Amino acid sequence: MKLVYFAWIRERIGMNEEEVVLPAGIVTVADLLHWLKGRGPGYDAALQAPEIVRVALDQEHCDHSDPIGHAREIAIFPPMTGG
Amino acid sequence: MGADGKAGAVVAFAGHCRDEDGRLSALEIEHYPGMAEREIEAVCQQAAERWELMRVRAVHRFGMIAPGEEIVFVACASRHRQAAFDGASFIMDFMKTRAPFWKREHLEDGTTGSWVSARDTDEAAADRWHRL
Repeated sequence: MKLVYFAWIRERIGMNEEEVVLPAGIVTVADLLHWLKGRGPGYDAALQAPEIVRVALDQEHCDHSDPIGHAREIAIFPPMTGG
Repeated sequence: MGADGKAGAVVAFAGHCRDEDGRLSALEIEHYPGMAEREIEAVCQQAAERWELMRVRAVHRFGMIAPGEEIVFVACASRHRQAAFDGASFIMDFMKTRAPFWKREHLEDGTTGSWVSARDTDEAAADRWHRL
């Protein structure tokens, strides 16, 4: 599946997007964030406060308790500051 | 927008880039292509249905924006004025909290500043529409 990152999450992780194969046992968005945080210093810095991070499954906002299901593209980004 | 003789009111809002007392040379706006358009369309659709708006337009720029330039534009046409005022205000509140855009400051001294932090008051402004 494809992970895409925006704003300071993108900068701290150091890439715009990546293809990943999730290990077994990752069911929810919260599980995904916890797994990502352990992948290296950049991920750890990006996800220091995972509770404030926003996630979209196939371009739809979701909650951290939602199952990832068969999402093809998961976007991870800070709270929006447009307008 | 109200030139067809049916709408009695047109409300337009434009949001501009401030220079923050001379501190900023530009705002850089990043967006999530695809999702940004979908979220704007969804909030316009919600407003159109809730206030029976006759026409709705919403535009949000991205990239580098100089102080004084427009960042966002919203216009609503309705039969009577309150619906157009409320619709435009609703669209702005939800664009700020749901549409995937992020602002970063570029400073007058040539350096890149920080990402703008989300404000609790923006969340509160969006939440109030659930209580009305």
